[in-house]
Amino acid sequence: MFLFIVFAAIAVVAALGVILSRKPVYSALFLLLNFATLAAMYILLQAQFLAAVQIIVYAGAIVVLFLFVVMLIGGGELGPGDRETSRQGAALRSLVSLSNGLPKGDKETRKQGDAATSLASPHGSAAPRLRGSLALVLAVLLLAAVGYGLVTGHLFPVQGNAAAFGQGSVEAIGAALYTDYLLPFELTSVLLLVGMVGAVVLAKNEG
Amino acid sequence: MDWTNLILIPAVKAIVLIVVLLTGFAYLTWFERKVVGRFQLRYGPNRAGKFGLGHPIADALKMIFKEEIIPGHVDKILYVLGPALAIAPALAIFAVVPVGPDLMLFGQKIPMVVADVNIGLLYVLAIAGVGTYGVILGGWASNNKYSLLGALRTSAQMLSYELPMGIMLIAILLMTGTLSLVQIVNQTLPWYFRVWILLAFPFYFTTVLAETNRSPFDLPETENELVAGFQTEYGGIKFALYYMTEYLHMIAASGVVVTLFFGGWRGPFVAQVPFLGLIYFAIKVLAMIFLFIWVRTSLPRVRYDQLLKFCWTFLFPMSLIYMAITAVVVVLL
Repeated sequence: MFLFIVFAAIAVVAALGVILSRKPVYSALFLLLNFATLAAMYILLQAQFLAAVQIIVYAGAIVVLFLFVVMLIGGGELGPGDRETSRQGAALRSLVSLSNGLPKGDKETRKQGDAATSLASPHGSAAPRLRGSLALVLAVLLLAAVGYGLVTGHLFPVQGNAAAFGQGSVEAIGAALYTDYLLPFELTSVLLLVGMVGAVVLAKNEG
Repeated sequence: MDWTNLILIPAVKAIVLIVVLLTGFAYLTWFERKVVGRFQLRYGPNRAGKFGLGHPIADALKMIFKEEIIPGHVDKILYVLGPALAIAPALAIFAVVPVGPDLMLFGQKIPMVVADVNIGLLYVLAIAGVGTYGVILGGWASNNKYSLLGALRTSAQMLSYELPMGIMLIAILLMTGTLSLVQIVNQTLPWYFRVWILLAFPFYFTTVLAETNRSPFDLPETENELVAGFQTEYGGIKFALYYMTEYLHMIAASGVVVTLFFGGWRGPFVAQVPFLGLIYFAIKVLAMIFLFIWVRTSLPRVRYDQLLKFCWTFLFPMSLIYMAITAVVVVLL
């Protein structure tokens, strides 16, 4: 209990640090501290595997990428006057991009589908119409899978199944993921793949 | 009794481990200079003491008593935090590596590992990932373009090479069926699995070279284009900490490689004389470190684009294929 309070306090302070820091690099580092304390709490809960994954994924990869981006963009200090204007600017910019994005949204989803299909046929020899319809079919399949999960209840946590996770051991979590939670697990992976393909498409051709 | 088992023994083990690692580091620099010297038809250090064995001590004293300088243009907190964040994970990795079989000391059975956690391999990956921050922060806090470039290269390099490394570890995990390094050494695998694991060794070793920033992948500090990369602005003991980190990473990586690929402390007559295990382990690790130095003196540094291209277009697909074949074989057998 004592340890939990210590870690919780650190986590809260770190979280505050993320949003109150003037330098983006410090924000990223406070985020790292926050993740580290979360991992410590997982260990307190006997969930060693989750703790390790938390460190590997968030601390080892995601915050490094944040820092990478901050370094590339510069990451200067926010001045006292900067604060309001930059916030308003950011809000404005996001609004603009939103309004730009809305009409384009349909096109972009289609493009993502295109990319998915053009992976299957790398030279893009298929007619655009065919690719479009294939993307549509894939999207419908994905939605159907989600619908199936919702209807049959596969997407919801299994009731009274806490024991399945055992001591948070790798074996127990693996077994639970690949039996009771197979559908959500696979859907998540498809979702990540779509996100990845979409990012590649957006980065490749700007037009 | 509980108190001894819970706190005293692990603490003593941790202290012994750290002392051994730090001494090992000091003499590793001597070993490397000697070996590199021999490869280049020189004698290497031979002034202080017999065979130049006094050089590491002289170097350590020099580093410690150098004036502490913090340049005026740096981000002070991060500048100091950098080396600390680099060295701590490097020391911590070894905690899960078994260096020998259980020994009987003072009438107690003492396992020769600081912590036998059941997620040993993941622990190694996690700690190695955290180690990146020392370099990145140091490079960024230095407020110097060479340092920054070095730090940027590090983050890209480490992130890229972690992928094939992790995938190869998954393949090995499929065969061993456990994440604990202690159990990996203790169990006996069928011979075809041993051979198949050894096949992955050249690829795995390549990723290790990149993860430890050793030549030919020492892009973060490329002295002929980046002065000294991320550590350009560091001097005195803080520089020494970065220097130590590199060597400690080398020792730790060798320990993990030996454990995964070469049976850890196992060898002839260990069952009769358990103490031999420690010696076998030390010899194997030393051989692995020699391999590091051998590669360093023989291969020129790769270019940055070559480095990333090699990882993404060769190592990554290769490791995926390796993992897929392993998975199929494990299921079929």
